Amino acid sequence: MSHLVADDRIMLKHGAGGRAMRRLIEEAFLHAFETDPEVPAGLVGVAAMDDGGAVRLGDRWLVMTTDSHVIQPPFFPGGDIGRLAIAGTVNDLAMMGAPDILGLTCAVILEEGFPRADLERILASMRVACEEAGATVICGDTKVMGKGELDGIVINTAGMALAPHLVRDGGLRPGDRIIVTGTLGDHGMAVMATRHGLALDLDLRSDVAPINGLIRAVLTAAPDAITAMKDPTRGGAASALHEMASKSGVGVTLDEAALPVRDAVRGVSELVGIDPLLVANEGKALLGVRAAAVGRVLEALRAHPLGVDAALIGVCTEDRPGMVILDTGFGRRLVAEPEGELLPRIC
Amino acid sequence: MANLLEFRDPIRARALADALARATGDVGREVSLMHVCGSHEQAIAKFGLRSAFPRRLNVIMGPGCPVCITDQPEIDEAVVLAQQGARIATYGDMVRVPGTAGSLADAQARGATIDTVYSIAQAIDLARETTDEVVFFATGFETTAVATAAVILAGVPKNFSILSAHKYIPPVMEIVAEMPDTRVEGFLAAGHAATITGWGIFEPFVARHQLPVVVAGFEPLDILAALLKLVELVRDRAPAVVNMFPRCVTREGNRNAQRQLWQVFRPIGGRWRGIAHIPNGNLRLRDEWAAVDARRRFTIDLASLWRHAPSTLARQCICGNIMAGIASPADCPLFGGACVPDSPVGACMVSSEGTCRIWHQYGGVPNLGDVTCPI
Repeated sequence: MSHLVADDRIMLKHGAGGRAMRRLIEEAFLHAFETDPEVPAGLVGVAAMDDGGAVRLGDRWLVMTTDSHVIQPPFFPGGDIGRLAIAGTVNDLAMMGAPDILGLTCAVILEEGFPRADLERILASMRVACEEAGATVICGDTKVMGKGELDGIVINTAGMALAPHLVRDGGLRPGDRIIVTGTLGDHGMAVMATRHGLALDLDLRSDVAPINGLIRAVLTAAPDAITAMKDPTRGGAASALHEMASKSGVGVTLDEAALPVRDAVRGVSELVGIDPLLVANEGKALLGVRAAAVGRVLEALRAHPLGVDAALIGVCTEDRPGMVILDTGFGRRLVAEPEGELLPRIC
Repeated sequence: MANLLEFRDPIRARALADALARATGDVGREVSLMHVCGSHEQAIAKFGLRSAFPRRLNVIMGPGCPVCITDQPEIDEAVVLAQQGARIATYGDMVRVPGTAGSLADAQARGATIDTVYSIAQAIDLARETTDEVVFFATGFETTAVATAAVILAGVPKNFSILSAHKYIPPVMEIVAEMPDTRVEGFLAAGHAATITGWGIFEPFVARHQLPVVVAGFEPLDILAALLKLVELVRDRAPAVVNMFPRCVTREGNRNAQRQLWQVFRPIGGRWRGIAHIPNGNLRLRDEWAAVDARRRFTIDLASLWRHAPSTLARQCICGNIMAGIASPADCPLFGGACVPDSPVGACMVSSEGTCRIWHQYGGVPNLGDVTCPI
């Protein structure tokens, strides 16, 4: 009978970046916030469901985004919730074509009893991430809630940046190539291995990093060749590519042999039976690139320390719009959009 | 990983796929083959092998998911035991499989204690930590039944017992072979089960039904090579057992494991959900283990559950036909709509070994035979 009681309560799957979350946003949030059916020109609003919103200012665009961060455990190999909170917002701005950050906000909600030393460690890590991104936190807010009313710490960051041209997640055209800026699945696998105490003798590290510098480099090298961008966070590359393909009205075919995946991630993925395509990344981007510019884009990416593993992984087709197909080398299969949580609360 | 990659060489895979197309062409008509293992279906779906099969080769997943063929009354027994106060320890998938009047998850919501475990050893640990009666709801084919047998032989805590829903694969192949609607002309046997039973166990079946059986491993090359061999046997009208997983499987199998299995279990007839009554298809504890047999240790009042009629949706579920190989998930009006992994109607959508769940996980199985990635 469970199908009859679905969806009158918020479940973990509604925050997992997959189909259930998209449905909740469409049915509840868009209904509340999108009052004007005619979105004015010069505005990218909530209905676009892009990485950020944007308002036209003269000949440029002011891009804004906000992101709340909850993760268990708050410290993990390769990063912590503070670094994640800066990278998450900076990367969302960069994905809109706005890598030069004007300013960030930081709101922290703490649970009574949270160790002061942990808070300071998190803040120090945020400072380092800000320096890497060339960004500054210009205002903030602090709240404390009673013990048990919150699990440790929640951090919200918001950010603003100016873009000369917007890059949207729905701009793919048939014939465009798909490039990923580095290895897939590192963040989610590192967090999962830590959380489940998988005592593996493997070097699993989150890739969490602000990548606005990398994106600036590629936008400079090939300013007109980038047709779409999205960072494959929750729901992994599978979810991001589904969204890009369906908004763009194209099909996407991926070459599995070309997907950059570290051996350690591949090993755990075999062990636990989770496809690296479904696993979150926090320092990567998927780019739609005009075919003629692939060489230039790869060269610019690989010249940057955060882009050395960049790879051409797929192609956009007119056929099968909205579908993501994986060529495994043995045959073809669909890459399904993840439904709910593989790993709750990882970013 | 180097080991795995040896069996995932796309160039050799293409050569095998070409040979498979030729052999199927030689037969000159549609050929239907059945595998009886969820892990085979997982591998076929994950590697996209179906799109590489020749058009006239039909590879059907049979009753190879132990969770799926656990019959409703068996689920009901576990639910009733839980409601009577026993602590039920079982594998995650079993918790969500609907019985006549709900699943173990529903019983848990009403206050029963259900523990999800990854192995029987974990269930034993649980029993050692409590004075409650712990019942391990044991499911799986002969592969997992061996693990259950070994634990029982090693001795279990006084408050521990077994509710066995273990199944035995060889008899169900006989039933499928004899079904009037069946189109199956050969079987792919599961390599891991054959490591225990040995491939020799299929010889009487082949002699009786004149259908070939090929034992297969789980990597893409294993599966393609085994299917090629099977089609060749069909083409040559040469029914035989062929072991294409010799790196693990021998003719005799694991004698020690077989001894333990039959020391603890005896085969009896019983229903497999949605399929049929399977003579010798269920594994139950022998009389000498009555003390650890939950069915003899407790009075299980099943009648209390059976006033409930199955829901309208459940009556539309075609899991049984899918497992018998006479329908596919695409034929089911509920597939992907009313029946999804989050709210499954039938057991095939619950288990990670179930056909419907696997097809759903890999986006259904549309015809992608003509798609290529031109990068």
